[in-house]
Amino acid sequence: MGLTPAAGKSQVSYDPPSQEGWVTTRLEFLVNWGRANSLWPMPFGTACCAIEFMATAASRFDLARFGMERMSYSPRQADVLICAGRVPFKLAPVIRRIYEQMPQPKWVISMGACASTGGMFDNYAVVQGIDTIIPVDVYVPGCPPRPEALIHGIMMLQDKVRQQRSLSNDRQYDEIAIDPTSRLYIPPSRIDELSEPFGNSVHQTRSAP
Amino acid sequence: MSVVLPGAALPAGTPDPVTPRAIPHRGGVANPSAEALRSQFGAAIQRHEVTWGETCVWIDAARVREIALWLRDDPAQQYDYLVDVTAVEHRDAGLPMEMVWHLRSLPFRRFLRLKAALDGASELEVPSIEPVYKSANWLERETYDMFGIRFTGHSDLRRILMWESYAEGFPLRKDFPLRGRFSRAEQLSQSLSANPEAPYSMEELSVVDAFHELPADMRARLLRAKGEG
Repeated sequence: MGLTPAAGKSQVSYDPPSQEGWVTTRLEFLVNWGRANSLWPMPFGTACCAIEFMATAASRFDLARFGMERMSYSPRQADVLICAGRVPFKLAPVIRRIYEQMPQPKWVISMGACASTGGMFDNYAVVQGIDTIIPVDVYVPGCPPRPEALIHGIMMLQDKVRQQRSLSNDRQYDEIAIDPTSRLYIPPSRIDELSEPFGNSVHQTRSAP
Repeated sequence: MSVVLPGAALPAGTPDPVTPRAIPHRGGVANPSAEALRSQFGAAIQRHEVTWGETCVWIDAARVREIALWLRDDPAQQYDYLVDVTAVEHRDAGLPMEMVWHLRSLPFRRFLRLKAALDGASELEVPSIEPVYKSANWLERETYDMFGIRFTGHSDLRRILMWESYAEGFPLRKDFPLRGRFSRAEQLSQSLSANPEAPYSMEELSVVDAFHELPADMRARLLRAKGEG
């Protein structure tokens, strides 16, 4: 064993040969290391950025190197929402609901000019940046960004995850406070009802009452 | 269900179509359906014009349904494919808005464009041709959504591109500002409070296909919601 208190004494003995196979670290580092290297993306592709995202996931650029090969098409098993493409106002409640359905901890990458700012679509139908709806961690510029740019954004997000104080009582893991009087409030039963038609999610765990 | 081969109604020996070259801008050979329409409907057919080899017939908007029915069913016309229904708004007080229908006859390899002027003074109302062409359903919904033209006799005339509770008007009208009428904050707040699935019935959500496979509590809840709705 490593550090063993000697019987009857308040000292610890140190035996170098028995140290093999052991390492000490901070738990926070270990948790962040695990999280950063297995981010499961929830692809929300609405436009040409999604094509570049597919290229990023394919063999030449190979997102699997970052532990991201498992696309999570259900938000309930996703860690990072990648919004690739413009979001019209009609999709605003949809992407917000998807974000709300993702379990903590969760991150958002806004990919491309349209998702980040509305881009060239400064018109009546397009949301001027998804950060007006949901919090965004990394903005990837480009129209559309090349896969290298997205990978750079992903690596920035990994850096962010590695530096997070995941075990402290940080407010960043608080769920959004629920305000039933808000016009945006959707009761959990309604969320279940609305999320039912999506694929096999009917067999998955649904929101707590 | 029958298979329609393109050109099936043309006389034997008709050469295969080739890509036309050197089409005149104005003039050229008119689609024979234009004259046939004139002899069939008389005053309801106002004039016709050939532009870039395509025939456009101006008709009386009130009679579009019987004209479309005749074009579809007459053995010498057989316009079996409704390509598009749309509208054009002109910056012109004399001709504020026009309805446009694109028809194609696969058996005769013919293309026909119907137009009807709508005067801005009266209510924008046009008979729906959904009873003639089922595909007009969504096309007319889109025209209604974008231009605010009401189609009388349409089975389900509601918005299709914008959401149901959209209150800013009709975006393709000339008087509609590019960024909409409301502030960005108001647009966002309204769109976020819209329920994206409210206008749809259970059938449209296709839950009903697998309804018996759903868990019992979910089935009960859906039935309850259906009863309320």
